[in-house]
Amino acid sequence: MAKTLIQKLSILADAAKYDASCASSGTSKRHSLGTGGIGSTEGMGICHAYAPDGRCISLLKILLTNFCIFDCRYCINRSSSNVERARFTPDEVVRLVLDFYKRNYIEGLFLSSGIIRSPDYTMEQLTEVARCLREDHGFRGYIHLKTIAEADPELIEQAGRYADRLSVNIELPSETSLRQYAPEKTETTIRKAMADVRARIDTFEGERAEKRRKAQPKRFAPGGQSTQMIVGADTTTDVGIIRKSADLYASYRLKRVYFSAYSPIPDASSALPPVKPPLMREHRLYQADWMVRFYGFDAEEVAGATKDGMLDLDIDPKLAWALANRALFPLDVNRADRETLLRVPGLGPKSVDRIIAARRHGRLRLDGLSSIVRSMKPVLPFVTAADYSPGRTLDAADLRARFAPPPKQGELFA
Amino acid sequence: MIEIPLASETDFEGWRAAARSLCLTGAAPADVVWRTPSAPASLLAGAPPPEAPAGKIRASNRFIDMARKAAHHRDPERFARLYALVVKLQDRPHLLDDPTDADAVWLARVNKAIGRDLHKMHAFVRFKAAGLSETGRERFAAWFEPEHRIVQLAAPFFMRRFTGMDWVIVTPDGTARWDGEALRFGPPGTRSDVPAEDAVEDQWKTYFQSIFNPARLKVSAMTAEMPKKYWKNLPEAALIPQMIASAEARARGMQEAAPSQPNPLASTLAARRPGDRAGPTLETLDDVRRAAARCQRCPLHACASQTVFGEGPADARLMIVGEQPGDREDIEGRPFVGPAGQMLDRSLEAAGLDRSAAYLTNAVKHFKYERRGKRRIHQRPTSGEIDHCRWWLDLERDLVDPEVTIALGASAARGLFGKSVKVSELRGEILDLNGKPALITVHPSYLLRLPDPARRAEEEARFVDDLTKARALLAA
Repeated sequence: MAKTLIQKLSILADAAKYDASCASSGTSKRHSLGTGGIGSTEGMGICHAYAPDGRCISLLKILLTNFCIFDCRYCINRSSSNVERARFTPDEVVRLVLDFYKRNYIEGLFLSSGIIRSPDYTMEQLTEVARCLREDHGFRGYIHLKTIAEADPELIEQAGRYADRLSVNIELPSETSLRQYAPEKTETTIRKAMADVRARIDTFEGERAEKRRKAQPKRFAPGGQSTQMIVGADTTTDVGIIRKSADLYASYRLKRVYFSAYSPIPDASSALPPVKPPLMREHRLYQADWMVRFYGFDAEEVAGATKDGMLDLDIDPKLAWALANRALFPLDVNRADRETLLRVPGLGPKSVDRIIAARRHGRLRLDGLSSIVRSMKPVLPFVTAADYSPGRTLDAADLRARFAPPPKQGELFA
Repeated sequence: MIEIPLASETDFEGWRAAARSLCLTGAAPADVVWRTPSAPASLLAGAPPPEAPAGKIRASNRFIDMARKAAHHRDPERFARLYALVVKLQDRPHLLDDPTDADAVWLARVNKAIGRDLHKMHAFVRFKAAGLSETGRERFAAWFEPEHRIVQLAAPFFMRRFTGMDWVIVTPDGTARWDGEALRFGPPGTRSDVPAEDAVEDQWKTYFQSIFNPARLKVSAMTAEMPKKYWKNLPEAALIPQMIASAEARARGMQEAAPSQPNPLASTLAARRPGDRAGPTLETLDDVRRAAARCQRCPLHACASQTVFGEGPADARLMIVGEQPGDREDIEGRPFVGPAGQMLDRSLEAAGLDRSAAYLTNAVKHFKYERRGKRRIHQRPTSGEIDHCRWWLDLERDLVDPEVTIALGASAARGLFGKSVKVSELRGEILDLNGKPALITVHPSYLLRLPDPARRAEEEARFVDDLTKARALLAA
């Protein structure tokens, strides 16, 4: 029996929910005032709703189809899964995007797909949706397309003309894990796909930097490329994951590496343990990633403050790093430079900028600092101010314990 | 006491004009009452403002932008505090950065509140279809209750985004309307001014329910970003309690369900996939290129993007062998396209050699690097890696069978001769490589690394000389 649009939507959104990518930020700014069409991007993405899993809904995230010729063990859509299958026509996706967008439900589309027939055929279908939105409907909103590894680079080229962002998922942090869980995928094909995207982004950015050019450079994925890694399905440690991300950032200039805690799926493969998704681990990895991308830490510094290769689940990795490097503290908030202040737990780029701006009004005291900083608790042991010194706090053996949640009481009387 | 009447609750321009004159007359903030239409008239009628002398007051663009936003905040003291700030700014231009000044801290705080409210309005307005206009344009309407009086601040965003449709946003403080021509503001409205239903809402609710993963329940993370006060105007929010209540049972269900029998489709598909890994033939250069693309003879393949195989005519008379692909070559999949490749191109041209007629390849076919921060730094291949990769280089040499070969640098020489040679000793000499002439010179990246310009020019000239020798061999 033919499925209704709503039935397909329910199947194909469910099939897409394991992909962590959600951001709609970082692309070129544009609007529809000139074109009289629909859509804009303001540089920063907007989360239009939140699901009870705490994740933002910014894009219509769906698969074109959940039929797939691949048999990746961790994936709900693998060919050996008994999940119900459905397939949208490109026109149906276009209609959903426009209908949702005009009601201000979404920022745009994140379109992925199971691999049907061949990587090339699948990539063509994905690109057709983006083409139709842009060319036939003048859509100026955000479009993120999943790049099918092994698809012809010509098709990637076309996809990048319409999409804001392209992504290909690395999925697992090592070649060994891929071989074990995703027999049809190899890291080489994935890296090759990422390289193809980077090569074209480099060309686009290079042309844009050439100020003397008369012609506007041909737009190519102005929002860059990203990837996703599944955490907790295999035995790779956090250090392994941090190093792998650093390698991917350096190799392919990725805008983001998304981490997705391996989540039990309906009709799970027997090759995977039915575990609770390691959400805290995922959160700590994002914090570690943040340190590298925004706070000027090198991946190896973050890795250095781990234990047995794993991030501390009880305290955030920046605090863990500071505790492991106490000799560098306390820092004088009235004298330390920006780069150094960013290493203080509890201080982010915004508060550091405000601290530096406040210095011209005289020496910063504790009350001034507390009006700038969101929470003083993590900051206090690591700084000095005009009227404050942490004394011997930094040497305290129980410093970590002051931040960690209280140890769980064993059930003595149970 | 001076009393300043303002035209509306958000009359920033009225405040601005009055504040400018007052400041020039030196009026103390404590002596000014700012009266908006909603404020009760004071019992004692205030005096009108005195005539202002000519002059300028200091107010940075940053302050004006922040003050404009603050005027839309519901704080009843907003205009008085803004005026106090204007007066203080005359002596202390950097006041806004002072974390000890209560008015500056207030301004930062209300701006943050307005920014957040605007962001939430951009996110949580939900349009409902309201038929077609007389000119055939689609019409939409939304009811929204922002925390502050921000409808005028928020409207331009909706105009830029929804240019192609007619829309109205109704709020308890006023309405904003767009008809494709102009943005217009009107009086407050009520929820009943907006259609109650929209046909697409059911699809949206289906999407909202389906994209939620019950195994990841994190309710506080949701409510931190989507506070409950907004829920009543979000069609999907009505589903949330039920989604939360059933999440645990659904997640447990998934965990407890025994794995089912694999769908037989999988084995059919697996059987259909070509067994392309079995015994490749290596009779032509293209065969070898295809086989090399899957090479895993040494660990270098694991971090490289692709095998960078040789390039050029299969019957080239000249073969040029480099060391190893670099970052650029790894990304593009072609040899000698990075800085060293460009250096080589210039030198080949200077020596009168045609790059497109030569076969260019490397001793090692995978990029080897060390990551440093956000860069990949090239690392020299070991002799072991070069020796592994000779398998491919030998095949290329056999198939191309060049008359003359140039080795660029020590790694290339090792790849060709199978043993370590000192480039400094043999540079420019014509050696025998299986009965054919071969010539060793430096790698162009060596030239790029020379810091002294004079030395570099000298070395470049020597490099061109070496290449010219190869040209002479070809002509002979």
